[in-house]
Amino acid sequence: MDVLEKNSITEEITGLIEQFGRDRSSLLPVLQGVQRKHQHISDFAQQEIARLLDIHPVEVYSVISFYSFLHSKPKGRNTIRLCKTIICDLLGKNEIEEALERELGIKFGETTNDKNITLEYANCLGMCDQGPALIVNERVYTKVTPQKVIEILNGIN
Amino acid sequence: MEDLETVKFQPVIFADYSPGEAIRKAVGISRQDVLFELKESKIKGRGGAGFPTATKWMLTAAAKADKKYVVCNADEGEPGTFKDRFLLLEHPELVFDGMVVGGITVGAQKGFVYLRAEYEYMLKSLEDYLQQMKKDNLLGENILQSKYNFDIEIRLGSGAYVCGEETALIESLEGHRGEARNRPPYPVNTGFMGFPTTVNNVETFAAVSHIITKGGEWFRNYGTDKSTGIKLFSVSGDCEKPGVYELPWGTTISEILDLAGASNTKAVQVGGASGYCYPKTQFDRKLAYEDAGTGGSIMIFNESRSMLKILKNFMEFFVEESCGQCTPCRIGNAKLLDGIEKLEKGEYTFKYINQLIDLGRSMQVASKCGLGQTSPNSFISILENFREEIFAKSSGGRNVN
Ligand SMILES: Cc1cc2nc3c(=O)[nH]c(=O)nc-3n(C[C@H](O)[C@H](O)[C@H](O)COP(=O)(O)O)c2cc1C
Ligand code: SF4
Ligand code: FES
Repeated sequence: MDVLEKNSITEEITGLIEQFGRDRSSLLPVLQGVQRKHQHISDFAQQEIARLLDIHPVEVYSVISFYSFLHSKPKGRNTIRLCKTIICDLLGKNEIEEALERELGIKFGETTNDKNITLEYANCLGMCDQGPALIVNERVYTKVTPQKVIEILNGIN
Repeated sequence: MEDLETVKFQPVIFADYSPGEAIRKAVGISRQDVLFELKESKIKGRGGAGFPTATKWMLTAAAKADKKYVVCNADEGEPGTFKDRFLLLEHPELVFDGMVVGGITVGAQKGFVYLRAEYEYMLKSLEDYLQQMKKDNLLGENILQSKYNFDIEIRLGSGAYVCGEETALIESLEGHRGEARNRPPYPVNTGFMGFPTTVNNVETFAAVSHIITKGGEWFRNYGTDKSTGIKLFSVSGDCEKPGVYELPWGTTISEILDLAGASNTKAVQVGGASGYCYPKTQFDRKLAYEDAGTGGSIMIFNESRSMLKILKNFMEFFVEESCGQCTPCRIGNAKLLDGIEKLEKGEYTFKYINQLIDLGRSMQVASKCGLGQTSPNSFISILENFREEIFAKSSGGRNVN
């Protein structure tokens, strides 16, 4: 990471802290803000957040590692999260899983070579009446079929 | 996402209501009057635990402190639950108005909505709605020219089921890992940042808005004596019409099955992964706090489904979602999952299975929070109620352990 990049991350974090307040209770919104832009929270970003909120970097890391939607390692620019809980499972999750893996040529837990898409599982998305369900970044798709998977993937640029 | 086609309208949560109505009422009467109506309604919390809302608000109101908080629990992580999604999308006015009434009643000036990360897609519309409330002076300073100030901030979760537990939720709001606290002290005394905090479910706030405008007695006319009012049920699985159903407490499992167009039903899981699984012989059970209690998740499984597969899915969920703080839950759930894998392979003895059921029972009492206290429920009820299927499938009783 060069100096310019570092400066811009520091600036970004400063902005987030101004928005949410210089307080420990702002930690999650700040982490979520950094991740929204960079898809992960790098070591440098963690140190800066710790410094600016006056907490230990280990604390920041410990919080990141607790939450399944926060990451300390780089991910794809887009994340697809497929519901693996029982109702979506009964409604055809396996077919969707196969279609996604086939079309992208990767397995769940992996990221495409061009760093565009990461495949992950999620637990119940609160869409069980319209499963199988998945989320692309924050957008939700319901009653997904293998054909619909192609459309969804085409919609991700 | 598609529109819901199947909501059953019972005129309670979906009764006529004009936005701001409950707030208009609350600023004109005393706190005691609000608490009186709540008490009259006998409403219990809609998040699952069923604590009387009037008592919770009275305790928070009575606590002496400089600051107090109101928190709307929109973490809705229990598998098979989606009624809060429906309320937030279709009736945000009921939820937010209920929170403002809560603020006025307990003496809080700030409210948080803890919205699960999976629902981030609704964040923008909810925030727009709050902006409009501010413009209409239903939120902010001197609400409707009264002496009351109250503001609402939406905070997102980050994908952790345990953060729906109220003390873990508060930890998360404070910027920590979502690890449940020891109780007591309870949030009504020592909540967010150590200040008195009332945490309620989305649906509880929505119901409060109606209770305040229509009276506690009106609400109490629905449901049973111990479980008053109407409940939203999230119905999913093997049925023709999955969706959100508004029904009085006391409705039986078979009545729901009929309404939802379910046939060939083998099992109904009431209360989500942390709830109980009922076999056919118990479909006459009533959905009510005093019988089959629930936060509203009703999952229907027909004859073609494997109970062991369903159970495994639930236990994998708990192993993943346990926060790992206490041993009964961290180790216990993993052991129960091990047991299911052994059952799948037919490598078990009945002695071993009975030991696992005992383990489940000790988790119910020894775990630190509701997650570990309830995660053995599905294990125990499925093994007890579907013995024949489970033990006929695996070769049974092979002496390997
Ligand atoms: C593991 C766990 C998860 C929970 N998740 C939720 C939830 O998503 N929403 C909710 O309202 N209550 C949830 N609860 C219950 C809360 O701890 C709390 O009882 C509830 O929010 C209180 O609101 P009520 O009195 O209006 O029901 C959960 C409890 C446990 C143990
Ligand atoms: S019961 Fe489970 S989730 Fe609750 S504190 Fe213990 S380990 Fe954490
Ligand atoms: S089980 Fe998939 S959304 Fe609930």
